[in-house]
Amino acid sequence: MSSAAVDSAESAAAARARWEAACQATPTRAVPFETMSGVPVDGVYGDPPFPGQFPYTRGIHPAMYRSRLWTMRMFAGFGTALDTNRRFRELLKHGGTGLSTAFDMPTLMGRDSDSPWSLGEVGRAGVAVDTLADVEDLFRDIDLSRVSTSMTINGPAAVLLAMYIVAAEKTGVVPEQLSGTIQNDILKEYQAQKEYIYPPRPSMRIITDMIRYTTAHMPRWHPISISGYHIREAGSTAAQELAFTLANGFAYVEAAIAAGEDVNAFGRRLSFFFNSHLDFFEEIGKLRAARRIWARWMKDHYGATNEKAWMCRFHTQTAGVSLTAQQPENNIARVAIQALAAVLGGTQSLHTDSYDEAMALPSEKAVRIALRTQQIVAHETGVTNVADPLGGAPFVEWMTDEMERQAEAVFAHLLELGDGSILEGVFQGIENGYFVGEIADAAYRYEREVNSGRRIVVGVNRFTEGNDETDVNLLRIEEDTERDQLERLARVKSERNDRAVQEALEGVTRTARDPSANLMPAILTAVREYATVEEIGTAMEQVFGRYVERAVV
Amino acid sequence: MQDRIRIILAKLGLDGHDRGIKVVARILRDAGMEVIYLGLRQTTAGIVTAALEEDADAVGLSMHNAGHLTLAPAMVKALREADLNIPVIIGGIIPDEDRERLTEAGVAAVLGPGASAEEVVQAVRQAVARQSDGGAS
Repeated sequence: MSSAAVDSAESAAAARARWEAACQATPTRAVPFETMSGVPVDGVYGDPPFPGQFPYTRGIHPAMYRSRLWTMRMFAGFGTALDTNRRFRELLKHGGTGLSTAFDMPTLMGRDSDSPWSLGEVGRAGVAVDTLADVEDLFRDIDLSRVSTSMTINGPAAVLLAMYIVAAEKTGVVPEQLSGTIQNDILKEYQAQKEYIYPPRPSMRIITDMIRYTTAHMPRWHPISISGYHIREAGSTAAQELAFTLANGFAYVEAAIAAGEDVNAFGRRLSFFFNSHLDFFEEIGKLRAARRIWARWMKDHYGATNEKAWMCRFHTQTAGVSLTAQQPENNIARVAIQALAAVLGGTQSLHTDSYDEAMALPSEKAVRIALRTQQIVAHETGVTNVADPLGGAPFVEWMTDEMERQAEAVFAHLLELGDGSILEGVFQGIENGYFVGEIADAAYRYEREVNSGRRIVVGVNRFTEGNDETDVNLLRIEEDTERDQLERLARVKSERNDRAVQEALEGVTRTARDPSANLMPAILTAVREYATVEEIGTAMEQVFGRYVERAVV
Repeated sequence: MQDRIRIILAKLGLDGHDRGIKVVARILRDAGMEVIYLGLRQTTAGIVTAALEEDADAVGLSMHNAGHLTLAPAMVKALREADLNIPVIIGGIIPDEDRERLTEAGVAAVLGPGASAEEVVQAVRQAVARQSDGGAS
């Protein structure tokens, strides 16, 4: 890209010509780009910078959904690996184009199914994974060179990534072919989701090791998905979600640069994950602002010169917290509106929540309706015909600016906390309770508004007629899931080479002690010997310690 | 009945969803109760110890991980084994159809998503009052 390309003085006509040339270079979908009444529509309207042009407020691709729809990625996971494998294959059969794995709480926390901590939680809120054998089952009969996989895991992310790599290897698929994302965003765990294992600083070391490993060996893999979703679900405002998420992103960039990595090389592999809540225009403004802020900071603050490293690409999920247990079918409408906001905000992939999620894990039928909702937005509404169709609308542009202004105020605060470093500012904000305090205040404010009736929630504090008529079939996790998983783990443990496991685990501890070594090869070795998630985690914990949060209300 | 209700709030087990319990802590505090929030990753044994030390009138647990059918009865059992006859109240993502089993297991009240502030306060007050009456008879 020439320097003229980012020159604000470029004429509108020149920008338009450049946009057209970029569109012509990308194939379009074989569908008519016209209204339902047969009126042809242009690929973009309004003023430059156009989609695909810095700072990408209007989208990261020139033709956006004309060339390719977003990935319809439905998050799934429950029971044993074989149960989830069946759900995965079902989703692929119904037109899902990517897999997304939910792990159970013990796995997320780095505990094995046979740990006393895991009692009652095995396979409940996601799939149980203890060893490589479970990951082999999870992706059984799925060609990992052809699907992209997202794994929502943070504390033990390095172990799960290693298991995925080895499981693929055993089917003849090499790391270079693997495409997908591992969430691996530990900073937001201390701020919002609370699924941490080690303290922040050693956790950053593990993440930096993973960034290095994937940058070198897995060109199609996103080693981190910097996630605002959980910050929002924990109760933050839209602007806080935006600001904290991007600040965390800057923190990872600073850590990787400090480790000697090239910002252009790893910058293009970073991806984001946002929430799409109910305030339609605020959400769209937030997503547009995210792209603009990221592009400017990557270019101006961190000196990235590769335009791919300027682009904020993100996954979006509709707001689970907005779903109500009262009149749950109403959630289908909420999800449709949130999905539309995500698409008008230019998302690269989308998960739509199922209407029964305020009551239980989603049932198969509810998941199908949620996927169908995306397909209706994609194929029936016409919103995919034009890139950034709302760009230039005064309210949308104002909202985008306002979101950016609020986020910049947070960055200024963090820079002050961190003495010029966002990374240090984020560490300080975690230690002094800044993030959890801001989020808890916002959550309480919202709750009070709902309680006082100032904020209307249909079916909850208004329009409650019909609340007793609900007849929803909920997914039940069979009581024998835990027993099956425990039997399976015992079998794997009895069949492996104990001495090799022990040696591999010692290798992990030894590597953890050496800050200049990369942990990934040692973890891969332990995984190949069928060491468990907890065993490998404990081998690192000996060096890194365990994080305990101060209990503050 | 005692003047000021003292309630222990905790997240039992591995589940880290703490938005709800933090909001509930403030609601109960605003309603004049003394709230002792133990935080995340608590064990039944730890909660029993805290309840004894704090002379608590009730224990409130928040569950979003579908483990309530195992964990809530385990909490009730641990309290009873320590001769603590105080009510256990749980809130979170709890399907209606599980309420009966939880009640049978000795859980005093179940608060689902969307319970209002008043409902939360009332549930605690009633559970404490009932248990004190039950203890006296």
